Amino acid sequence: MPSLLNPSRPPVFCPGCSHERSLHALDKAFQRLHRQPHEVVIVSDIGCSGLFDVFFATHAFHGLHGRALTYATGIKLAQPHATVVAVMGDGGVGIGGAHVLAACRRNLDLTLLVLNNFNFGMTGGQASCTTPQDAHTGSAFLNTLETPLDVCRTVAAAGAPFVVRRSVYSQDLVEKLLEALRYPGFAVVDIWGLCPGRYLKANPISPKDMDGMVARAGVWDGVVAGNERREYGSAYAEHRGHAPFVEDWKGIEAQGRANLVGRHGTLFLGAAGERVLSAGNLWAMAAVRAGLHVTQKSDYNITVMRGPSIAEVLLSSDPIDYPGIEEPDAVVVLAREGVERMAQIWNRLSERTLVIQAADVPVPKHAGRTLMVDFKALDIARKNRAMASLGMLARWTGIFSIEDLVQAAAATLAPSQRDGALQLLRQGAAVPGPGSPRK
Amino acid sequence: MDGNEAVVQGAVYAGCRFFAGYPITPASTILSGMLNVLPPLGGIVLQAEDEMASIGACLGASMAGLKAMTATSGPGLSLYSENISFAVGSEIPLVIVHVMRQGPSTGAATRGADGDVHFMRWGHSGGLPVVVLAPTGPADCFTLTVHAFNLAERLRCPVFVASSKDIAMTRETVDMERVEKPPVVDRKTHAKGPFLPFEAGPSGVPAFLPIGGPVPVRQTSSMHGPDGYITTNPEVIQSLVERLQYKVESQIDTFSFYDWDPQPGASMLLVAYGITARSAREAVLRLRARGHGVSFLVLKTLWPVPEKVLLSAAEAVHKVMVVEANLGQYVHEVRRVVCPKPVHFFGLMCGRMMTPEEIVQEVIRAQSS
Repeated sequence: MPSLLNPSRPPVFCPGCSHERSLHALDKAFQRLHRQPHEVVIVSDIGCSGLFDVFFATHAFHGLHGRALTYATGIKLAQPHATVVAVMGDGGVGIGGAHVLAACRRNLDLTLLVLNNFNFGMTGGQASCTTPQDAHTGSAFLNTLETPLDVCRTVAAAGAPFVVRRSVYSQDLVEKLLEALRYPGFAVVDIWGLCPGRYLKANPISPKDMDGMVARAGVWDGVVAGNERREYGSAYAEHRGHAPFVEDWKGIEAQGRANLVGRHGTLFLGAAGERVLSAGNLWAMAAVRAGLHVTQKSDYNITVMRGPSIAEVLLSSDPIDYPGIEEPDAVVVLAREGVERMAQIWNRLSERTLVIQAADVPVPKHAGRTLMVDFKALDIARKNRAMASLGMLARWTGIFSIEDLVQAAAATLAPSQRDGALQLLRQGAAVPGPGSPRK
Repeated sequence: MDGNEAVVQGAVYAGCRFFAGYPITPASTILSGMLNVLPPLGGIVLQAEDEMASIGACLGASMAGLKAMTATSGPGLSLYSENISFAVGSEIPLVIVHVMRQGPSTGAATRGADGDVHFMRWGHSGGLPVVVLAPTGPADCFTLTVHAFNLAERLRCPVFVASSKDIAMTRETVDMERVEKPPVVDRKTHAKGPFLPFEAGPSGVPAFLPIGGPVPVRQTSSMHGPDGYITTNPEVIQSLVERLQYKVESQIDTFSFYDWDPQPGASMLLVAYGITARSAREAVLRLRARGHGVSFLVLKTLWPVPEKVLLSAAEAVHKVMVVEANLGQYVHEVRRVVCPKPVHFFGLMCGRMMTPEEIVQEVIRAQSS
């Protein structure tokens, strides 16, 4: 097979740079794999290693520092048949560490070449995450204070199933690159080399020394026992083939009736675990089924299992622009947490406002008419208060008939919740009110 | 449905087949929504290790030929920055849904605001333009997401859908039969002859071939010539950046989306966008009912600034008032465009929506000042 190197762009690395040896080794591996230029994507990022893509006549994707694996992931998922090789320096491994770890865990069929020359060659020879502690660098003494990262031990610990460490002078480098390219999963090749431009002057190392350094750090030969597993892309393709389309985007036909002209805003003030949002949703769905316009805003703590849970449901016979409730028509008071979160509403209540208030939850003074409910005496548990309050709300606002609400619940709720909810709605509707119902 | 659900439906309608994201309130339900719909359609959803990886994977997938989208909120957008300039400079089609939340920094995760209006436009290196579309509710979320994909494909640039918490997470009734569904546009592919990845004709937009396809394609974040190789030639560089600016800004008349509600004889123009436009519309109805003349403009394209729309709307009035959910951002653009007309401002960034009555009071105050 012919070389995949770019005939119009010969390599321009510094004389003696190890990257050039890695370049030719990779090209030889491609040739032995019989790869055509269009079958290969070289993904590089920043620094001298980032020049790599230019010198190949293949597809090339050159991006930002440390992010090569992120681009390679998108490319490989979109073009599963391409041979995708990410090339990074030790600088890229440092800045893109999270991406390296994620690629190890994910096990997408990519090959990562780490061109490891222990410093930032392009910016002045500063220390990188792999610089030995006894090295002299452009960052003065700072590298003496930090332990260098062992790329191979790190990626193996993170789950990489195929890990190679070689000196750039190693006789079997091409063979090892070939194995890495053939490996059906995430393969990492940590190639140790020399930077004549920035590193060698203050840190004289011979090729023979380099072999010794690799031997002392530990040679890695390929498959990592215990890390071999299913390749991500093929697993994804298989799962995708079986994934059911779960979204139901069919609309809801208006079929019921509602006794409402204008707007009606209800605030449900409760606590996490009381199914406040579910009750708000059912109230909204009853309105949708009755052909009303509806908005539902929810407010809850990001702690999820604790704190206030509030639903603001606005029903309207006309289209709704402003989806807020300036003056509530009804307030359902279920827990102290919700009352405290909405402390600013009470002076906006008028005598027309219906307040359905759990007897054990105090509220500030207000002008509304109160329906006091002793949920304990009714034997209604905390988690059922919100649902039962819908029965009261329907009866004492008169917007929906209890039967319409029950039908909305039957059509909307999961079978496991349905029977209990219907009973709660009817139980709520039986609670005597603050005055006579409108209908 | 809520705004995030509408974004998901719009994306699927527009042909999106790759989504990568990282969980963040209030954008997270876009990730879960895409996870429900894309795999069964043969698409791919990636929950990446962080925001840089999310947008990075989208850039790779987009250049490999798929329509790609990501979604985040303020802190995530900060992390997108480096790759947004990559998408601008390297002409990578991408839709970014930015569900704004109250900031700065971590801010209030479950509270809304429009504090990132300038950040979307200027929050990347180089200062070149992006497109930002601003929905006011779920119906807009659907339509503008489709437009966002169409523009990303047509102009080969990142396009933002600038949603916010109160749009994204407020459920409301939508009559989908009446929602505008623009025809779907795909990127122009290179037809014949040698392929230069960044050579553009008069439109300023280069033709596309996918990375991983039968013709080797070069893509680079570095300054490059038409051939995709790094260059330091000042003339090539200048011509590239001018083209990147021109191809987006010269087309603004074709994607200046807005609602225009003029009142004959009105002395004031009220300008709003996003969720604040909903409060403002209610305020306009009340103002008119009380005898105050107010014309009303809702901008749904924020960047590039639709200057013709603003100038034409402001033509007949003596004063302009801008309301927005921040401490004054877009008002500076309006001032620049309608200069020397006086432009008043009212803004809140306290985590709740502005009420119609607050706007009514501010407009009356501005009218009498």
